[in-house]
Amino acid sequence: MDIDFLGATFVQLLRGVPLLLQLAAFSIAAGALLAVVLALMRLSGNSLVDAVARGYVFVFRGTPLLVQIFLIYYGLGQFPEIRQSPAWPFLREPYWCAMLALTLNTAAYSSEIIRGGILSVPFGQIEAARACGMSRSLVFRRITVPQGLRVALPAYGNEMILMTRATALASVITLMEVTGIASKIISETFRAVEVFVCAGAIYLLINFVISRGIALLERRLSPQFEVVPAPTAIPKLAR
Amino acid sequence: MSTSNPTVPAVSVRDLHKRFSGLEVLKGISLDAYEGDVISILGASGSGKSTLLRCINMLEIPERGEVVVDGETIGLRAREDGRREPVDRRQVDRIRTQLGMVFQNFNLWSHMTVVENIIEAPVHVQGRPRADALREAEALLEKVGIADKRDTYPVHLSGGQQQRAAIARALAMHPRVLLFDEPTSALDPELVGEVLRVMCTLAAEGRTMLVVTHEMGFAREVSNRVIFLNQGVIEEQGKPVELFHSPQSERLRQFLSGYRGG
Repeated sequence: MDIDFLGATFVQLLRGVPLLLQLAAFSIAAGALLAVVLALMRLSGNSLVDAVARGYVFVFRGTPLLVQIFLIYYGLGQFPEIRQSPAWPFLREPYWCAMLALTLNTAAYSSEIIRGGILSVPFGQIEAARACGMSRSLVFRRITVPQGLRVALPAYGNEMILMTRATALASVITLMEVTGIASKIISETFRAVEVFVCAGAIYLLINFVISRGIALLERRLSPQFEVVPAPTAIPKLAR
Repeated sequence: MSTSNPTVPAVSVRDLHKRFSGLEVLKGISLDAYEGDVISILGASGSGKSTLLRCINMLEIPERGEVVVDGETIGLRAREDGRREPVDRRQVDRIRTQLGMVFQNFNLWSHMTVVENIIEAPVHVQGRPRADALREAEALLEKVGIADKRDTYPVHLSGGQQQRAAIARALAMHPRVLLFDEPTSALDPELVGEVLRVMCTLAAEGRTMLVVTHEMGFAREVSNRVIFLNQGVIEEQGKPVELFHSPQSERLRQFLSGYRGG
């Protein structure tokens, strides 16, 4: 075991972490916004709007993220309309192509998670809110979101971790995040196992922090299970 | 409670019709509830009594007929599919604050404590200052007898405590009328009494109440008028003494005999 090489590799790979975090944070945040829109489209009750969202989810869930990245990176430049559009300075950059692909992809998955969360809120509680004179948006904000979020969080935490790992695919379009740097070191040293062990450790570390954060948030969002008068099965399940 | 013209009904229902996918549940119901009336609505299951209550605050939209609250008609317009929708949702929202509703299954918001449940609508719908709403919520909890459960979440309450919290939540909006939709039907028998006692107190205060119930004792002793629904129409109505002691229709006789035996 070459400790010096492992240490040096680890330090080199750490330089890819800021890019990794940018890719993950931006795509998760932008993807969440798009996902809420898609989920509301699915629940709109308008069959045309529903079908559009359904089609979007079908396409982006049904094709590999790698293919989506290639299509956006190599494909968009084929259209003169896009090359002449004001978005072109962004879309010709691999950085923004990766951002776009990751965002569109996570939005498809997250929209289904969010839809499930919204549907999980007991209808009686929605009715009680409406009977109190709450407007639709107030019901959504005060009753649906806090409860739906709690239900959606475990699945959504999964999606955040998946996205953090999926940023590795950005290396195929030349981005030098952790996996990109790892590939470069391997091509220079041919020591694939050691380099990928280091890279894996970095992903593990980041995802450890994320999963702890989600667990913390879960506890904060379910205060009704904090103080338990008698030991029952429910609080255990909630942790 | 607001005091207004006693000659105008607090709630007036005119020729209400409601159907669910082909099944006509209400076939032309009319009734007036004046200030201080406590009206018990009886009927076998499927007679349309819950639907009637839910049409009053537009949780169900009737296909025909109108609902007038304190002299103000709730505006409805026809849609393409033959059903109707509110002309102005804000009018419905505003009128709903005057119609406090208590549900069979309590429907407390499970992510809020009891006191948060009670101040939610006063603060966020009526825009009252939080401190005032809190002070009043505590008084209401005292009144329904669960002051010690102020900061408890609904999952940790018994059914009777949940329903009393739900009554406090309805009262917190200072409604003109209280609508009770089978408030004791989901309760264990030994918990029914504590909820009925609260309802009796409210009736004694002169509150206007429409109560869908199977509690014959409450209907007979507390209400000043009883309405018997059968297959979507008012089969019989009147003072409880008259209805219980000399029912005119065969249906009501049958209905009451089911309770006397049990």
